[in-house]
Amino acid sequence: MKPERCDVAIVGSGAGGGTVAQALAPLVAQGKRVLVFEQGPRFLDADFTGQELDMAGALYAEAGGFLTADGSMTLAFGHGYGGSTIVYTGTSLIAPKRVIQSWNVPGLDHADIERRSRRYMAENGVRLLPPNLINDNNRLFVEGAARAGFHAEQFPLNLRGCKGSSLCNLGCPNQAKQGTNRVQLPSAERQGVEVITRARVLRVAERRLHLVVSPRPAGGKGTDPEWAPGEYQVEADTVILAGGALGTTPLLLRSELSGLSHRLGAGFTCHPAHILVGEHPRPISNDVGHPKSFFVDRAAEDGYVLETCMYFPFITAKNMTGFGEPHSAFLRAFPRLQMILVLACDKAIPDNRITVDRNGNPVVHYRFTDAVIESMVRATRASARIFFGAGALRVHAPSADPPRLESTDAPNLDQRIHARHFRTGTISISAAHLMGGCAMGRNATDSVTDAWGRVHGRPWLRVADASLFPDSLEINPYLSIMALADRVAEGVLGDLPQ
Amino acid sequence: MASFISPALAPTFRALAAAFVPETAHATDEQWLVLEETVARALAARPVALQKQIALFVRVLDLSARMRYGRGLTTLDPTRRTALLEWFARSPLLRFRRGIWGLRTLVMMGWYTQLGVIAALGYRADARGWEVAR
Repeated sequence: MKPERCDVAIVGSGAGGGTVAQALAPLVAQGKRVLVFEQGPRFLDADFTGQELDMAGALYAEAGGFLTADGSMTLAFGHGYGGSTIVYTGTSLIAPKRVIQSWNVPGLDHADIERRSRRYMAENGVRLLPPNLINDNNRLFVEGAARAGFHAEQFPLNLRGCKGSSLCNLGCPNQAKQGTNRVQLPSAERQGVEVITRARVLRVAERRLHLVVSPRPAGGKGTDPEWAPGEYQVEADTVILAGGALGTTPLLLRSELSGLSHRLGAGFTCHPAHILVGEHPRPISNDVGHPKSFFVDRAAEDGYVLETCMYFPFITAKNMTGFGEPHSAFLRAFPRLQMILVLACDKAIPDNRITVDRNGNPVVHYRFTDAVIESMVRATRASARIFFGAGALRVHAPSADPPRLESTDAPNLDQRIHARHFRTGTISISAAHLMGGCAMGRNATDSVTDAWGRVHGRPWLRVADASLFPDSLEINPYLSIMALADRVAEGVLGDLPQ
Repeated sequence: MASFISPALAPTFRALAAAFVPETAHATDEQWLVLEETVARALAARPVALQKQIALFVRVLDLSARMRYGRGLTTLDPTRRTALLEWFARSPLLRFRRGIWGLRTLVMMGWYTQLGVIAALGYRADARGWEVAR
């Protein structure tokens, strides 16, 4: 095992790790060594082909098909230089005040989160897309929402030079999204931070990491790792874990550090989601333009958020309920399809938690509560109203049986779309906002870390990712992760000897 | 045939595929090859136990067809084949529902990722975006 030494070791390079890396980069000029370990590769611009199978396999853990323990939901999370910021759509929302207040974490207040979020919005070039770059899929959502009595808001997006490829979730082929792979990590590296890719951290011990660097597989995308392949033991004065909910929590669980809070792994939430499609009588622009430009926020009132979306043929097929001719007919109408993503704002409950199997791999236990099912049903009804309001001929609604609704069904949506049709294992449910597992809180009896991401009882160990969330955020999380990571970095700097 | 399933079960898998995605009934040899290779690659990355479960589930479906209709899936008419699969998809047992969901998802992965197939659907996403769409 090869020995290495650094002052700060950061595990993960996504919204959390990339932010911390940049914020701590000035330490390098003071003679400190800052290392970032990223499990995935460093992709080249030419690697982003936009082809679904090719990119899903390269960018997502288990090609995006990671299943919960009972197989009822798939979880998507990215691997690579930039983590999940490679595959998000760049939607940049500030955490709602009521959510931060409901978390009730001593030392964490909304004004601080907002201030830091606004700083990163400016740094990442967040703006609203101009009307001429809004496609029909988004425009119809706004029109349909207005007719159905909902208020659609435009997403601020962190884009520079967006060409409208619609391929955000497969990694932007034009490098337009301003994820940590485009902004914070390159800035950190210019200041001397070392990023080591293809480096999987196996365990954390007292101020020490045990990791393995893997070679680039033959024909694989990305560059060779920066360190020679092999096993390493890295000593670090400070360790910051930012591998995401399904990276950080399993790492701590398999590390078997003594005295960690029994809350480790608890409080997993994920905004369970599914896709609805509406078929229009004429072709619409849907596979060109930014896919996710508008949303309807009913989180506070009804426990759901609706977002525009446009997925690729297989993901669309997978997410629709059923099979056979009725299913195929929707796919054959692809150029006429409008899509809406329904997200439920789930709450942390004791049943939903992260554990590890005997090999140390993550296992996610998730039970759909009646409240989540009701939220998804309400969201599905609302989406159907929006589709029909926009002029759709028919709608595919997962919690209807059969799922195909004709426009003549519009008056009976409450009867057609019902919780009794929400059958796990039949309905495709997926989630990409993976949160919790190392929640912030007061002390080790109620949480894993304090409000600054410091693990209770271990001042050298911090967490800087969405696993810090004590409960669901109820919006797209990356900006809030950056704000929390910024606090973590500030805490590290504050702890250093003056 | 893909390694996750024995050659003897290959026709059964194709019969299932045709029920899940009717267009596959008219697939060319090359399209079948791509579909089966895609499924095999996807499963190769999964635990061996899961691969065995899927192969076993294909056998269970075929056996169920024989018990219920007196003939296997390959010779069963499409209406009955679909009815049988629907029955499993609506089963009170999560294991059966998941089995159908998993099988149909694999078939859809093998089919709806083929460039010729998605082009025929009219899917035209292009890295150049608006530049080529206008």
